[in-house]
Amino acid sequence: MNSDRTIVAKELTRKFGDFVACDRITFDVGKGEVFGFLGANGAGKTTAIRMLTGLLAPSSGQATVAGFDVYSQSESIKRQIGYMSQRFSLYEDLTVSENIRLYGGIYDLTDRQIRDRTDAMLSRLGFRHAAHDLVRSIPLGWRQKLAFSVALLHDPKIVFLDEPTSGVDPITRRQFWEMIYDAASAGTTVFVTTHYMDEAEYCDRISIMVSGKIGAIGTPSELKRQFGTDSVDDLFVRLARPAANAPPESRPRP
Amino acid sequence: MTDAVVVHDVVKRFGATKALAGVSFAIHPGELFGFIGPDGAGKTTLFRILTTLLVPDSGNAQVLGEDVVSNLWSLRKRVGYMPGRFSLYPDLSVEENLRFFASVFGTTIAAERNRIAPIYSQLEPFKTRRAGALSGGMKQKLALCCALVHRPEILFLDEPTTGVDAVSRREFWDLLGVLKAGGLTAVVSTPYMDEADRCDRIALIQRGGLLAIDTPETVARSFDHPLMAVRSDNRHDTLIALRAYPHAGTAYPFGASIHFTDRRAEVPAERQQTELRSFLESRGLTNVTVDMTTPTVEDTFMDRMGDPANQESAS
Repeated sequence: MNSDRTIVAKELTRKFGDFVACDRITFDVGKGEVFGFLGANGAGKTTAIRMLTGLLAPSSGQATVAGFDVYSQSESIKRQIGYMSQRFSLYEDLTVSENIRLYGGIYDLTDRQIRDRTDAMLSRLGFRHAAHDLVRSIPLGWRQKLAFSVALLHDPKIVFLDEPTSGVDPITRRQFWEMIYDAASAGTTVFVTTHYMDEAEYCDRISIMVSGKIGAIGTPSELKRQFGTDSVDDLFVRLARPAANAPPESRPRP
Repeated sequence: MTDAVVVHDVVKRFGATKALAGVSFAIHPGELFGFIGPDGAGKTTLFRILTTLLVPDSGNAQVLGEDVVSNLWSLRKRVGYMPGRFSLYPDLSVEENLRFFASVFGTTIAAERNRIAPIYSQLEPFKTRRAGALSGGMKQKLALCCALVHRPEILFLDEPTTGVDAVSRREFWDLLGVLKAGGLTAVVSTPYMDEADRCDRIALIQRGGLLAIDTPETVARSFDHPLMAVRSDNRHDTLIALRAYPHAGTAYPFGASIHFTDRRAEVPAERQQTELRSFLESRGLTNVTVDMTTPTVEDTFMDRMGDPANQESAS
């Protein structure tokens, strides 16, 4: 059954000292699925993402990402995934095309592949005229669209997007989501976090982490029905509230 | 009553970039006033001018009746400012940070106790903790506390809820409501359009200019086309179909539905609705619903800003 599952996590756990940041989480994500990974600040999302991207060894439990084991094959995982975040996506002091070349080089693409894919990407985005502009000088919304395309440059099986649209204007934010849909319909799995609850509604399925555990998982409409709420926003507040009210200082930080 | 903030045609450039392209507005005493717009719209530049940290290239601004350039020293004592980036001392404890900010303004925590009580009571259990080790929501509360400790008559909060989860955001707005009830004038900026409803009045800001200034309800209602909410079993296919519709105006995903406008102003809304439904069904979409819906502030924002790709291609 696992061939069409890009992520399979079983009882995945990470402790920091006595503190269980990620507590036996079990879920899977299918090929080409847009999976929204939600939770309050400090609920354990970042720890889970670091394990799934091969950056942090779990304390216990199992997980495979793109068919590779998170314990023994973390280097293979890194080659099979794409990653972008709001905080860091591209090098601001390099030009658009230099950034693409750098990423292509890191992922061992040939010069020819880099040239062809750069060309195709910039045409698709309508950015050809900006190829030699410094990333710092281009508007945030463009930068995020570009960063997403760069994260897909090496044809990863799955792309992790960590708050990719934070601070982006409402139209560009929606254009960004159309790029997500395009990537997903081309078969790339999209694993995305966001604080915009309307964006949670755009996901095929979502999970909501609460104090290190998965508090709910399903399609947005299933979950709204299950919890009797009108929107994912209300659902989120309902579920995340106990976590938010616990003093954050009772949760030691990694 | 004199306005708390009066801004007239303020322009600020950074090199070739016009961060503020001539903005004018007034904020009334006791108002909770929101600047709503994305990163890079000019919100931070405007806040820095109003808190005397930047000098405008042209135009003028008065806060609490004092000019932000000529009267900066007296004004600084009267305004509170919470910058967008966390700017407290991470190595000092919660209490030490607060004591420091109080002492800079010649006061003490004890003397200001009543003023800061609604917020400080939530922080007090952790007063010995290093500020750098607080969670995101708690950091924001501490920053708010430090901005309030010298009893400012007006408070400027630059993106206090950015990067904060939906629950902590609600709690922060609840706190602002408490401060407002105490008579404080507060000016807040945010990129989250859904927070507009928490404000008495808002200004939509984009690319250094104001797109609208009014109450959130009036701004939302100013959207002047029939707005339809479209749903079906497959959102992506629906979006593609809507784009292919010959009469398509705009089609934007909006939570669980897609907000759509028909380009034909002369066709009554009911007919737009039925024709659209038939079209989508003819494209093989199932469980299609097309309902008239009430526009939100975000609909108005998108309507007024137009396509950013077109605007930005010049830069």
